[in-house]
Amino acid sequence: MNLTLKVWRQKNSKSTGNLVDYKVSDISPDMSFLEMFDVLNEQLINKGEEPIVFDHDCREGICGMCSMYINGRPHGPKDLVTTCQLHMRSFKDGDTIVVEPWRAKAFPVIKDLAVDRSAFDRVIAAGGFISVNTGNAQDANNLPIAKSKADAAFEAAACIGCGACVAACKNASAMLFVSAKVSQFSLLPQGQPERYKRVQNMVAQMDSEGFGNCTNTGACEAECPKGISLENIARMNRDYLTAKLFSEEEA
Amino acid sequence: MGSLSKTFTSSVGRKFVMGLTGLFLISFLIVHVSINALIFLNDGGQTFNVAADFMGHNLIVRIMEIGLFAGIILHIVQAIVLTAQNKAARPATYAYSNASANSTWYSRSMGLLGTLILMFLILHLYHFWWPTKAAVFNHEEHDTFQNITMVFQELWVVIVYVLGVISLGYHLLHGFQSAFQTMGWNHKKWTPIVKAIGFWFSIIVPIIFALMPISIYLGWIS
Repeated sequence: MNLTLKVWRQKNSKSTGNLVDYKVSDISPDMSFLEMFDVLNEQLINKGEEPIVFDHDCREGICGMCSMYINGRPHGPKDLVTTCQLHMRSFKDGDTIVVEPWRAKAFPVIKDLAVDRSAFDRVIAAGGFISVNTGNAQDANNLPIAKSKADAAFEAAACIGCGACVAACKNASAMLFVSAKVSQFSLLPQGQPERYKRVQNMVAQMDSEGFGNCTNTGACEAECPKGISLENIARMNRDYLTAKLFSEEEA
Repeated sequence: MGSLSKTFTSSVGRKFVMGLTGLFLISFLIVHVSINALIFLNDGGQTFNVAADFMGHNLIVRIMEIGLFAGIILHIVQAIVLTAQNKAARPATYAYSNASANSTWYSRSMGLLGTLILMFLILHLYHFWWPTKAAVFNHEEHDTFQNITMVFQELWVVIVYVLGVISLGYHLLHGFQSAFQTMGWNHKKWTPIVKAIGFWFSIIVPIIFALMPISIYLGWIS
């Protein structure tokens, strides 16, 4: 396959970037999108140019690092995949592909396609955990959990924190991410003691990071590589309003 | 109290106000469209005028009217603040964005649709709300039905009204179910029902509203 790439190049968070055209040839349709970028970078290095910086780690769809906005969509044209799971057979020979970084005030560009997603880490640090004393785990049968709740918690916990929800949202809202991290605990008995404190702290941190507000367009759910549901946002709103209006637990 | 006031300046809190005022305005639409529909009795506006007169003079309705204006203003103010925050959250926009692949155009255009509705609303208040108020103030009899038949003689007015309610229809198509989601009322059993009701509400209510100027202009009702 021969392709034309328009890739965002930006020196650092302070500079303004621009799209630069590159041509790649003899690309196998079985390559992943990242492997195609490896080929492009080899070319650039051989020519003595600076390679394109992009984030990647596991290359099996679980680390959530490969943040590329491909042809106007996070992680490209396929549903339920990360960039490393996107294969070149999803494109046609001769295609022009535009590749940009996530764009959000809370995700400053570090260089080229790599963005700083530590805002997510700070949201987690604000309450995305349970406080337990260490020691032996108690017998699992002591904590019966309804199958439907366990399933919903598991689905919420599948969030890999890639930031595609923020990238896709027209408001750069992080509510799908934060609601998944709130939900995985609020559905389970272990999450109950800190349930109302957690949601208040995590929403406050989300707001202070400069993410936008949810307008329920559903773009996040449609683009999430793990299929995190909008039900989580409703649950977070419910928990938040309950906490603020009726719980005596101050955050 | 500090914690409570902070609630309504948070992202979730502002959206809560947006949803609550939205649902309140939807409940007003039900009253409005029901009274409007009385003209289709085609009795020369008799029944309609009785209802309009009641709405113009009843004390409880008068108090509700203040609430209605407060609701509209709150809805608009929150929309402006939220939109400003949302724009600030993405200072650099995408060079190429394929948003239609993941969301509907009207769900992304609530601000535009709302602005169109507001522009229509100002004209609408000038046509119908203001004459009623002036009549009550001057202790005069006001024939609302006659006023309607007069206003809808002009083709451009009919066109503006039809475009106004089309904007309302699309605004509701996203807003109705969106309000429930924002309030946290999402449920496997109830959400499909809410969505179905919202869908039909957003189609039927604007059609009834639009039929009013159309049928008067075409002389179906006199």
